[in-house]
Amino acid sequence: MLKLEAVDVAYGHIKALVGVSLEVREGELVALLGANGAGKSTALMTISGIVRPREGTVVYNGTDLAKASPFDIVGLGVIQCPEGRRIFGGLTVLENLRMGAVRRADSSGVRRDLDFVFSLFPVLGQRRHQTGATLSGGEQQMLAIARALMGAPSLLLLDEPSLGLAPIVVQAIFRVIRELHRRGVTILLVEQNVRQALAVADRGYVLAAGRVILAGSGGELRSAPELEQAYLSTAPEAGR
Amino acid sequence: MSALELLLQQLINAVSIGSLYALMAIGLAMVFGILRLINFAHGDLIMVGSYVALLLQVLGLPFPVAAVAGVAASTLAGLAMERVAYRPLRGAHEIAMLLTSFSVTIFLENLAIILFRPTSRPFPAPAVLRSVITMGQLRVAGLDLIAIAVTAVLLAALTLFVRRTNIGIAMRAASQDLLAARLMGINVNRVIATAFAIGSFLAGVVGLLWSARVGKVDPLMGFNPVLKAFVASVIGGLGSLPGAVLGAYVLGGLEILLQGLLPSALTPYRDALVFAILIALLLFRPNGILGSTEKEKI
Amino acid sequence: MQPESPRGGSPSLPSRLAGPAVSLALLAIILAIASFFAGDYLQRILIIIGINTILVVSLNLSNGFTGVFSLGHVGFMAIGAYTAAVLTLPVSLKVVNLPSLPPWLQQLALPFLPATLIAGLLAMLVAFLVGLSLMRLKGAYISVATLGFLVIVQVILVNWDQVTRGARTFAGVPPHSTLWNVWLWAVVAVYIVWRLGASAFGRDMRAARDNEVAALSLGISVLRSRLLAFCLSAFLTGVAGSLWAHFITSFSPKSFYFAQAFNIITMLVIGGLGSVSGSVIGVFFITVLSELLRNAERGFDLGVFRLPPIYGASQILMAVLFVLVIVFRPAGLLGGRELDVRSVLRRLGSPRRGKGAA
Repeated sequence: MLKLEAVDVAYGHIKALVGVSLEVREGELVALLGANGAGKSTALMTISGIVRPREGTVVYNGTDLAKASPFDIVGLGVIQCPEGRRIFGGLTVLENLRMGAVRRADSSGVRRDLDFVFSLFPVLGQRRHQTGATLSGGEQQMLAIARALMGAPSLLLLDEPSLGLAPIVVQAIFRVIRELHRRGVTILLVEQNVRQALAVADRGYVLAAGRVILAGSGGELRSAPELEQAYLSTAPEAGR
Repeated sequence: MSALELLLQQLINAVSIGSLYALMAIGLAMVFGILRLINFAHGDLIMVGSYVALLLQVLGLPFPVAAVAGVAASTLAGLAMERVAYRPLRGAHEIAMLLTSFSVTIFLENLAIILFRPTSRPFPAPAVLRSVITMGQLRVAGLDLIAIAVTAVLLAALTLFVRRTNIGIAMRAASQDLLAARLMGINVNRVIATAFAIGSFLAGVVGLLWSARVGKVDPLMGFNPVLKAFVASVIGGLGSLPGAVLGAYVLGGLEILLQGLLPSALTPYRDALVFAILIALLLFRPNGILGSTEKEKI
Repeated sequence: MQPESPRGGSPSLPSRLAGPAVSLALLAIILAIASFFAGDYLQRILIIIGINTILVVSLNLSNGFTGVFSLGHVGFMAIGAYTAAVLTLPVSLKVVNLPSLPPWLQQLALPFLPATLIAGLLAMLVAFLVGLSLMRLKGAYISVATLGFLVIVQVILVNWDQVTRGARTFAGVPPHSTLWNVWLWAVVAVYIVWRLGASAFGRDMRAARDNEVAALSLGISVLRSRLLAFCLSAFLTGVAGSLWAHFITSFSPKSFYFAQAFNIITMLVIGGLGSVSGSVIGVFFITVLSELLRNAERGFDLGVFRLPPIYGASQILMAVLFVLVIVFRPAGLLGGRELDVRSVLRRLGSPRRGKGAA
């Protein structure tokens, strides 16, 4: 479905991604792991069209995403739930969700999905007229995921959904992620919480300093000794 | 005139002028909220609409036609401004955009000077806008009542727009988090163009009312109103639409209050005092009355 | 003007002085030639360039170094101009033009230098009082507030008839400004701003500009550095106002409003914020260009056809130029860095690819 090949991304002189190749097949849940600053968020921003690659290709079901605008990319069904949630604090829960569905034309489908997200996250249903800023961190994360789901994604990009959340809330979030996976939603999950991520993932990649240093199935990665190294090492960073 | 009548008279004055400032300030706030751009050239949109309305009347067309054309001209000018001057600068530094808006102002003002000469010209307004209604000792300008009524209608329409329509909600979303808005597939170009269109439309309306009020038009007529609109926006909290409206009425009230309270020797200094009060206000509420008092989170 | 060597160990004293010494010598030669051989018009242009240099370089101190983007600095120029003019106006003229001045002021007629210094100091005092409240604001708010300051000054100038003659022309200012004393001040101003920029204090200012929170955590007082830069730049701008008043000899409040502010900011931005040598280059470039345009505005004969006068066209062209620079080269001609005379000479000697990336 999604294929990145030898992608290079740089911010000015700083190289964020170097020769990154990865693949997400339909129905899979693929984890993208790595320490802070390894380039995981950059990868997602590149897929979403916010950042342009200098080299390499980003192809989704045959369409070259590197030439497409973020507007078009969402239209293709690639929807990101960004790092730090980034919900619209001044808008109500309902308005946030409405914005998630803003590109869709099928109002009955939108209504169905609204019921669906409220069944996934009952607390959002209770707070539907509250503004986003009044929600707790965990509720905001749920809103962010729900908002992304409202776009009827065929590929869901999740950026660090567990960041800054209490363990019990993280569990609840990952239960939802597991449920989505069960329903067949294709997911690319960026996470620092290795344990939880590998518990749900079919396959995974590990980034360090902008490069893919490890790839394999969930089980292979779990037992790989290099995994720990990738997080703790002070390996020379690419072009920084 | 009894004290009550005096108070009522001044109140109507204040609300009338506040209404004009409010319509201006909303346009500024909309654009600032999304783009972080302080559009000084917004004032010149008043001028554009007024001159078009003037020209058409000089050519013999009736006021209603000229008025519609004037407002349309302002709206188009605003959209052109966005497309030509501001879109290429998307994402540039705040100061760069501010300076560009300066340039657009200079450009438009000098263009008007070249086309229409720097002197002012009288603005023909229909009888209804020049009428005066007397109730006992009270003398109320028809223009004031119309300005207040028009503003009330427009504000109501705008509120419905930003609350109920998708694009209105998208505008609010974009002004809160532009990146997230893009990630949701909101068509940011269209949202920004809409913000400019609405703001420019309102500026066009203000142009007609303002020209009718002072009776003339001149190429630099937009400078003072846009400055006042800024003050209003800043008082209420830059970027906030309710703040812009609140700030505008506070400013209108402040102006009328000072006008009444100042000894006659000092009334010419009224504008200076208004700005001085603004600067003092910013000392205590750096983000405006409705702006957040939160310190920057690290 | 040379940047500190990034590899540590500044160049030896003689080579460090080479740049400034050469520039000063060049300047002295140009001024000498001009004062003896150049006609009136050319001398006037050179004086304008000198005054503009002071204005832009001092604005750079505030806008470029500390990031306090003041739009109202022309207000300080006005304060300087009017203060100095009132002080130097001959008593006989004062009695006629400013009859309601308080007697101690009316009987006073100071020489040029003291009047100019007082003008600068008064501007600085006002800057201090205004700056106390403004320096805490952020970004856009500071700019709008300084614009408010400009309006306040304008309103006062137009209404304080007894001292300023209100909106009427203030004429009869003795023409004290010469090629030499203007450029002496210009050199002083450039030197002060350059030294300040290169000093530890300058480093603190730039740190505060680039990242306020980080600077605070390093113990740099952001408020103090901003206020100091603001006041110092106001002093220099006030001095420039006095020089200008004694050059043009008659002016009115309109001369110190929006249009003038835009002119100065244009020169600053085109030269590059934060670069002293950039400011100087920007001044030269824009002053010459706008003079050419202004002459063209009056209409000229191209032999085959005649271009009619289009007043206001020069402003439009400047505005367009300004936007082009902002869009394509936002860091200005020098990219915010100082001119390195030695490297320029080296590059002229052996042609290589263009300047480092902006």
